[in-house]
Amino acid sequence: MATTVHCQINGIPVEIPAGTTILKAATQAGVKIPTLCYHPDLPAWAACGICVVKSEGSPKMLRACATPVAEGMKVITHDPEIVQVRKSVLGLILSTHPNDCLQCPRNNNCELQTLASDFGMRELAFQRRVLACPKDTSTTSIVLEPEKCIKCGRCASVCQGMQNVWALEFIGRGENTRLAPAGDISLNDSPCIKCGQCTAHCPVGAIYEKDETQAVWDKLADKDVYTTVQIAPAVRVALGEAFGYEPGTVLTGKIYAALRRLGFKAVFDTNFTADLTIIEEGNEFVKRFTSNKGLPLLTSCCPAWTDWMEKFAPDFVDNFSTAKSPQQMLGAMAKSYYAEKIKMDPKKIFMVSIMPCTAKKFEISRDKAMSSTGFQDIDISLTTRELARMIKAAGIDFRNLPDEACDSILGEYTGAGTIFGATGGVMEAAVRTAYFLVTGTEMGDVNLLPVRGLEGVKEAVLNVAGKEIRIAVAHQMGNVEAVLELLRADRKAGREPRFHFVEVMACRGGCIGGGGQPYGATDEIRAKRMKGIYADDVASKHRCSHQNPHIAKIYKEFLGEPNGHKAHQFLHTHYQKRPEYKK
Amino acid sequence: MAIKTYVLVCGGTACESTKSRELYDALVRELREQGAENDAQIVKTGCFGFCEKGPVVKFLPDETFYVNVAAADAKELIAEHVIKGRPVKRLMYDSEQSKKRAKIDDIQFYQKQFRIVLRNCGVINPESIDEYIARDGYKALEKVLFEMTPEQVLKELEISGLRGRGGAGFPTWKKWGFCRDVKSDQKYMICNADEGDPGAYMDRSTIEGDPHSILEAMTIAGRTIGASCGYVYIRAEYPLAIRRLEVAIEQANAYGLLGEKILGSDFSFQIELRLGAGAFVCGEETALIHSIEGSRGMPTPRPPFPAVKGLWGKPTVINNVETLANIPVVILKGGGWFAKIGTETSKGTKVFALTGKINNSGLIEVPMGTTLREIIFDIGGGIRNNRKFKAAQTGGPSGGVIPEQFLDTPIDYENLAKLGSIMGSGGLIVMDEDDCMVDVNKFYLEFTVDESCGKCAPCRIGGKSMSLILDRITAGNGTDADMPKLLEIGKAMSKASLCGLGQTAPNPVVSTLRYFQDEYLAHIRDRKCPAGKCKDLVHYLITDACIGCGVCARKCPVNCITGQKRGKHVIDQTKCVKCGECFKACKFSAITRG
Repeated sequence: MATTVHCQINGIPVEIPAGTTILKAATQAGVKIPTLCYHPDLPAWAACGICVVKSEGSPKMLRACATPVAEGMKVITHDPEIVQVRKSVLGLILSTHPNDCLQCPRNNNCELQTLASDFGMRELAFQRRVLACPKDTSTTSIVLEPEKCIKCGRCASVCQGMQNVWALEFIGRGENTRLAPAGDISLNDSPCIKCGQCTAHCPVGAIYEKDETQAVWDKLADKDVYTTVQIAPAVRVALGEAFGYEPGTVLTGKIYAALRRLGFKAVFDTNFTADLTIIEEGNEFVKRFTSNKGLPLLTSCCPAWTDWMEKFAPDFVDNFSTAKSPQQMLGAMAKSYYAEKIKMDPKKIFMVSIMPCTAKKFEISRDKAMSSTGFQDIDISLTTRELARMIKAAGIDFRNLPDEACDSILGEYTGAGTIFGATGGVMEAAVRTAYFLVTGTEMGDVNLLPVRGLEGVKEAVLNVAGKEIRIAVAHQMGNVEAVLELLRADRKAGREPRFHFVEVMACRGGCIGGGGQPYGATDEIRAKRMKGIYADDVASKHRCSHQNPHIAKIYKEFLGEPNGHKAHQFLHTHYQKRPEYKK
Repeated sequence: MAIKTYVLVCGGTACESTKSRELYDALVRELREQGAENDAQIVKTGCFGFCEKGPVVKFLPDETFYVNVAAADAKELIAEHVIKGRPVKRLMYDSEQSKKRAKIDDIQFYQKQFRIVLRNCGVINPESIDEYIARDGYKALEKVLFEMTPEQVLKELEISGLRGRGGAGFPTWKKWGFCRDVKSDQKYMICNADEGDPGAYMDRSTIEGDPHSILEAMTIAGRTIGASCGYVYIRAEYPLAIRRLEVAIEQANAYGLLGEKILGSDFSFQIELRLGAGAFVCGEETALIHSIEGSRGMPTPRPPFPAVKGLWGKPTVINNVETLANIPVVILKGGGWFAKIGTETSKGTKVFALTGKINNSGLIEVPMGTTLREIIFDIGGGIRNNRKFKAAQTGGPSGGVIPEQFLDTPIDYENLAKLGSIMGSGGLIVMDEDDCMVDVNKFYLEFTVDESCGKCAPCRIGGKSMSLILDRITAGNGTDADMPKLLEIGKAMSKASLCGLGQTAPNPVVSTLRYFQDEYLAHIRDRKCPAGKCKDLVHYLITDACIGCGVCARKCPVNCITGQKRGKHVIDQTKCVKCGECFKACKFSAITRG
């Protein structure tokens, strides 16, 4: 019943599909309604009461975010009474918020602060009362600071709805309402997978990435330490947003330059080890596919996904690719191969990774295999947001930096490496190489369009040397269970799995929408970042990982065979069942 | 020998708390021991409503009404009334006219009442389906199943003008009609028995006294809207009501009045109980639904309304207990009969839980349009201790106060709303001159602050902020800015809260600011509490009129009054707890309250 309804927003006629909310109708009419708890990624929770509007003839005020437009409705979005009610509600919210904007990680980037500024809040209208509750710093990735929480519910909605993790829930009632893991246990003991989508959606500074920039500054200041750094694929298309660039602007060269100016001795690119991952994982896939054993192969470069699987779907442990993530491979190569090459004691090498991700902070110490060089392969993992803060703190004029190249051997990458940053990218890169491994010839058109884009689950069937390879790509954890259910049904029925190869990324859009990326991601921004990723792919000299000459070199000089003994020592890990709740 | 006398013992929660269970056992025992088992039958019934005087006992057929009966009285009642046919005068209700009255209809408490909802309460044994059937029970269901189409049922309800008794007064036929119009493979019928207003117990008593009427009405609703499954959402603190519902469901199933192919028709309907943990907000439709679904009891925006998308996403009708109890009567006697009762816009009767500073507190049912004066002074027997009436509070924490000048307003949905209160579920609390209107609001706000689910900002923060301002005012720290601030928060809450709880939580404050502004001003500007309730603003002083009798010193619970015999006494202000005992005790008006 796709009918249209007609309404007026402040007298502007609007025609929209039935069921559209007042907020969306107003956007269409070019009318802005202030919101706070609403987020376009999420169903309207309707908690804050900021977006109230009037409908002519009704004494009530309606929540624009949640109320569908009715035929003939005449909506008034602004009048002195509405503004006063919004202001009173905002005043009430501010009365429970600590007054420490200057020390807050969201200073200048806070939706509540912006509203307070827009509404010209100049005094504390009501007696201040802040919920006394300690910070939860139990995880390696995420800090929960209940004092600052405005109970908009976005984090719980993301965690439960989008991500299907259910680590965060409302607890307590009335003024003692808080968001915390059910049972009021610590985040680290909860099923939290550290994806950080809560931090990316929080409108204030109530849940955020664990800031480790100071530790990096300390190492940069230490003359005895050889500080190295790598940047992940998705960082290059998003960091610019912190410096006024349009989302999706590819800024790889400027980021290398900024990292050098921060004092890093060697600048690497995770894209290089993304290529390396493809060689390892591609070979792993071809082996499983040709022997028809251990299928489907599931990608494992997303640490939030692997954590989720170990907790919620341990029946798939054997299907996981044992190839480490590109971040970990780079750490392993830097402290072994690279150290050997520059004749440096690996003990002195300090490896920082710049990731779009909060779960990467967890991955660096998730088990023994993450210390394959005898040292922790990655010492600190920073998010894109933390890097932006470091660049700003250093006073670097980012926009006027020259483009620089990264350090050689662990830097040069192909287009296949860079598309790891978008959902479907790992699959597309793997297919490009698997095709070559199976057929011995290069793919004609390397663009695998069916796996690109923001659709939650994407499927494709490829014909490789007369054989059908069935693949699926899922992103945003909440979309994954359905795919696993299909695979379980096949397994139960004793059928061949309907997919041979499945890529999963925990965050919507893949790493470009990661929990550590600049704030404000919406599907519109995700699409722009993706566009940047694919532009970088097209601009690359080589577009398939196996074409990367430096990859060939590293196997020749150091690793030997793909999936060989040394490769396994440095580049592979294993997975196991873990409890959802720690005791 | 045939049974000549029926002894009805109230088995409602209020009378059980005054030991009616022991009384019942004693009566049964005495009947047996005195060999009169064939003369009389002892029946445990639901609530009679006259809870003030419980436990109450009624003898049939002569309608003798006994009050405050104890187990120790059982022997005499059996020996005198059952065996010798002589009523026990000392146990009969002694009205204000100090005339012994024998018949229940002679008691003023019952005279102005008109019972539809409570028709069987205090009349039948609620654990006997046969007694319900004997009182035309399940006849309406039979009529609906075999003689009426669902459209005819809706039409009858429309003619009756029955509106929801849960608070907002939405026309019942419309609610059912919306749900009936939605196409769905499954629909649900829910009875909202999550009664939560402080002091209100209409729904509990109705279920305790007449559980089958609810089951019958739900089944009628199920048939009309097309639902095959019903839930009674009832708070776990109502163990007696729950037990009686369980018994009733079992009996109805055994009689083929519930379950598969009811009475041989093609209609099947089952009813299950869902126990709530007692959160006030779970009386709100969407929160109630989430609670049944196993989620946190938090409201979600409407639309979508439950009639379209309710329990498990399916069309659902939720009716309050009292609304449902009316349904069988509307069906049997006709909408036209029902519509003759009440006012232009509000038809039928309303049950109130009458409490506060009133002589006859209890459960009453009156036609819509009855005035507060009739309720308080005729039925309620006036104000206790001959104090002066100050205000009546209706609608509990969501309602407002009604001052003396509106005592003659006929009570219906619209009139109460005009006065700044609401019908609500039927709590009616009477306040006298000793009640401080600022202080009273603190109680209601504390309740709504406690019961706020915490989801929406206006309710979660607004209620507490108002409560803090009232704390300041009653502590003598109020400022002129406080009253406008209370109104500002009140407006934000009523306009921007998500559900009825938050939208109506400021009502008590806003309505007292409307009618009792002087009292607020006295607290704020004069630092005085005219009612003498707010301890921080009250000081007791002994004047020169003191003759030194020492009564005040002996009454003082904290021994803070000292003085020589026949000499003037003094109150140690640092120790005084402002209880007012000395003030009340002094026969020489030598103690002032200021």
